[in-house]
Amino acid sequence: MIAGISIYEILTLTSILFFIGIYGFITRKNLISILISIELILNASAINFVVINKYLYPEVLQGVFFSIFIIAVAAAETALAVAIIINLYRQISSVEVKDTEIMKY
Amino acid sequence: MDFNSFIILRQEILLLAITLGLVVGEIFIPKNKKRYIVHLALFLFGIHTIVGFCNIEESSLFGGMFRTNNMIHLFKNILNVGVFVLLLQSADWIQEKVIGQNKGTEFFILMFSSLLGMYFMISSGDFLMFFIGLELSTLPVAALVALETSKRISSEAGVKFILSAGLATGVSLFGISLLYAATGSIYYNDVMTTLTSNNLTLLGSILFFSGLAFKISLVPFHFWTADVYEGAPISTASYLSVISKGAAVFILMILLFTVLKPLMHIWQTIIYVIAVATMFIGNLFALRQQNMKRFLAFSSIAQAGFILLGLISGTQLGTATIVYFVLIYIFSNLAAFGVVQAISLQTGKENRDDYNGLYRTNPNLSLVMMLALFSLAGIPPVAGFFGKFFLFAAAASKGYYFLVFLAVVNVTISLYYYLLVIRAMFIRKSEDPIPFFKSKIYMRLGLIIAVIGILVLGLYSPLYDYIFELSTIFNK
Repeated sequence: MIAGISIYEILTLTSILFFIGIYGFITRKNLISILISIELILNASAINFVVINKYLYPEVLQGVFFSIFIIAVAAAETALAVAIIINLYRQISSVEVKDTEIMKY
Repeated sequence: MDFNSFIILRQEILLLAITLGLVVGEIFIPKNKKRYIVHLALFLFGIHTIVGFCNIEESSLFGGMFRTNNMIHLFKNILNVGVFVLLLQSADWIQEKVIGQNKGTEFFILMFSSLLGMYFMISSGDFLMFFIGLELSTLPVAALVALETSKRISSEAGVKFILSAGLATGVSLFGISLLYAATGSIYYNDVMTTLTSNNLTLLGSILFFSGLAFKISLVPFHFWTADVYEGAPISTASYLSVISKGAAVFILMILLFTVLKPLMHIWQTIIYVIAVATMFIGNLFALRQQNMKRFLAFSSIAQAGFILLGLISGTQLGTATIVYFVLIYIFSNLAAFGVVQAISLQTGKENRDDYNGLYRTNPNLSLVMMLALFSLAGIPPVAGFFGKFFLFAAAASKGYYFLVFLAVVNVTISLYYYLLVIRAMFIRKSEDPIPFFKSKIYMRLGLIIAVIGILVLGLYSPLYDYIFELSTIFNK
């Protein structure tokens, strides 16, 4: 627990992070930026788990363990996404969303 | 941790052993003998499928994180049989196209890892195990979608899949964190007892639901489906549409019927709206598709809409019909994808117009395709009719008559586009039809098993009774 900071401030922060991530995912035009937006969403959830555990239910460490797994899985997911994006880049020399629309509707 | 816990985890351990065995095989089998790895993998997975039918007692492990009972065990067997048929159908493709690029073993390793993730997902007892299972089942599939690294369309599909999956996971996790905030636990049993209906739990469960809705490709989350199916190799598209969707439907059903039961009056409204939207959008978009893979993608979206009719009832009848329908749907869709794969492998053609006059040159394949499409459309003698009938009965038993009416309208629309394919095969003439060819033994075996499933499952009523008997577990 951090002195002088209540759970409301931190949950506000994580909610803002979450919606920045959603907004970024929808509006960004670059595949790597979209990936960064996903990371923001995942990190917002990880912070949420730790904070809720620490402030509301400090007796059991369920939330902390959950956030550790989130970090590990997020790393795996990012690695795979970057690998697939690099493979696409080798073929079209671009990571822009507008170049990945040969399949539509 | 004694010996008994290994018996409960038997299926998971066996599948992991097979996966690791294949990794070792990839290292030690010399390059000119790599083609035998297909036979090895099929043999090992066949043994795994048969061993899976041995009985497992109802029990839980790791403080309730992992649990199993007869219903979960039955569903694992259904998934096993589905994957086995799928592997039979894709064996020729792997031998001809994938082994040459030295990626044959990867295909099996990735597919088995994904299946292992689904095992953990459907027998999860808390949200942590659920989350890990979900990710373990999603990430290898993303690699499978982008398996054909030399094709641009495959990479594009891979990018679309992994980014959408990442968003769905993130949103779902945020929802779980809100549920955790409201109830103070991530175990299903604790959440079930302390969950009350308020704004926080409502927001949490909706965000959580959207993560699973992505996997089932329900309507606001369906945009990835057609593109990914078109770009991915046909085996992967088939896997995504039957196995992955089936497992996600099953766990969604467990969660809605047990953990989120206190919010039942709210999620029933949500599912009502989503079911109507899913059926209409899936069917109407399927009308204008030329590519068979895109066509089957939208057809599978529409089928997901029908599955929601069983989900909305929330009763024992609902549980039984969902499992029964998923079982039938797996066989029907596998037969349809199998025919598309056989033709694509021989000729490289995937459009509906290419199927013109198929009956004159390849009568057997046309008959298999016709049975599969009749089953998907729900025409009486084949199994699909019984699956749909029970789903509609489950929804009607709770008084959702208008929803059932809309579903029947949709069945009619879907009949139109399924018949378009049948017309192309049987009635239309073509100057340049697909020439006669004979598939190899594995493909034929896979198609035969699927056809037997389509014909027998609907008429063999003890099976439905058995499923109905087991389904009391989730409706106490």
